Amino acid sequence: MARKSTTQRVVVSTIGAWFFGFLIFFPILWMVLASFKTELEAFAIPPSFLFFHWTTENYATVQERSDYLLHAMNSIIIAGGSTLIALVIAVPAAWSMAFSPTKRTKDILLWMLSTKMMPPVGVLVPIYLIYKAFGLLDSRIGLVFILCLGNLPIVIWMLFTYFKEIPRDILEAARMDGATIGRELIYVLTPMAIPGLASTLLLNLILAWNEAFWTLNLSTSNAAPLTTFIASYSSPEGLFWAKLSAASTLAIAPILVLGWFSQKQLVRGLTFGAVK
Amino acid sequence: MATRQTQLLARSLLAPAVGLLFIWMIVPLALTLYFSTLHYSLLDPGSESFVGLENFRYFLTDPAFLASLQNTLVLVGSVLALTILLGIPLALLMDQPVIGRNIVRLMVIAPFFVMPTVSALVWKNLLMHPVSGLFAWLAKLVGLTPIDWFTDAPLLAVILIVAWQWLPFATLILLTALQSLDEEQKEAAEMDGANAVSTFIYITLPHLARPITVVILIETIFLLTVFAEIFVTTGGGPGLQTTNIAFLIYSQALIQFDVGSASAGGLVAVVIANVVAFFLVRIVGRNLEA
Repeated sequence: MARKSTTQRVVVSTIGAWFFGFLIFFPILWMVLASFKTELEAFAIPPSFLFFHWTTENYATVQERSDYLLHAMNSIIIAGGSTLIALVIAVPAAWSMAFSPTKRTKDILLWMLSTKMMPPVGVLVPIYLIYKAFGLLDSRIGLVFILCLGNLPIVIWMLFTYFKEIPRDILEAARMDGATIGRELIYVLTPMAIPGLASTLLLNLILAWNEAFWTLNLSTSNAAPLTTFIASYSSPEGLFWAKLSAASTLAIAPILVLGWFSQKQLVRGLTFGAVK
Repeated sequence: MATRQTQLLARSLLAPAVGLLFIWMIVPLALTLYFSTLHYSLLDPGSESFVGLENFRYFLTDPAFLASLQNTLVLVGSVLALTILLGIPLALLMDQPVIGRNIVRLMVIAPFFVMPTVSALVWKNLLMHPVSGLFAWLAKLVGLTPIDWFTDAPLLAVILIVAWQWLPFATLILLTALQSLDEEQKEAAEMDGANAVSTFIYITLPHLARPITVVILIETIFLLTVFAEIFVTTGGGPGLQTTNIAFLIYSQALIQFDVGSASAGGLVAVVIANVVAFFLVRIVGRNLEA
């Protein structure tokens, strides 16, 4: 901001940025609008942009006909459960690597990262057969487990980069004062780590909520989260655009809000700290 | 300063994560390797037999493999090109003094948070439908014939959907990098008489080299396994026109129930991803030293 900004430059770049921003956002806006139309209006040519008969009946229909709430609950349990379990496993590991690093810490971190790069489709067959053998197909617990493992490397990495930034001196001081490791963890480290924990939690929730490889392949009905539920609209009969839009709007709204809150941390989390 | 006791503690805190990830990596991969050497069809249980490298020969010489490899490369390459070539100017624009930049930022980042099944179906129906889609209406407005996207240009349609999802990612990372660029350096260049173009080429672009590399590598890892967008829009068709490696393996495993061949394909996918991962891990690892 140090450079002088002439009025002309501000006007041009503001108009340009708003135009392209709106263009990118438009498909989402269009979907939200369609969710308030009747099926006939959603399908009509020429399309109506704002002056149509606004209705909320699609939202009611989606729940009545397809038990939307069940799938929303599945999404919450699967994304939330996998995130919480991943945090429970990752916090001690990241803490240990950040504060008692050994010669091998870097290798371990990079190895963990490399597990994330394994394409899921490479292990689809064995996972599918194992799940079938243990009756885990179309079960919430099965999806919680696989999403937890899939995202664990990212969680550990994010936490590690946050823990790394906590000044060591404070810990030394606490140790000098005779704090045990347990106390150190609870009274010194935790309060300082909460922002990092929160953004790790948020990002992981988003990733798990939107995960659409394992959920599509391992769930069909009872345990199906919203990703799978929305996919069922790919082979519908009759007019369905308004209902598809209503179901989609409900499915993305919570995560869009969370995402907007966590966008500052997003870059860092998704690039494993390579860009901050 | 760590005592023996704390070292022990540190290790035992690390152990569960390492153990779980190790099992998660090694067990399915070993099974994939094992299945890939078997004649194993779920439609014909009990007929499993060792066939050596037969599945690999079958998978790699299958015309579907070459077609899907080509589709994978076109898909990854096009989406990378689109997201970076559009992401750079967009990030530069957003780095300007824009009134209400935070709101613009929210609009630009939004597609990244939309689940793949939603974006694919909304694009396919509301936007790309050949009769009632918004694109068809716009085309008619300016006197063009609407394109029947999923019949005439199915792969392009998938590319556009995926590029829309990943453009925010590229833009956000490039914007973050731009904002860390030293303003004084640019000012000095301008004072020395550099115009906007040469400032961009000699100062901004070199500064962006690293973030661009990171974007390319991370996007590649995710784009190699694009699945949901194809699953809900084209089902790999028409013919094999939108089948990528991930979708081919899926259809061999869960539609044709050919476990052996799908496993061989899975290993091929792992090898391809590992080549990319090798470079990414090196770049990230170098950053770890700093």
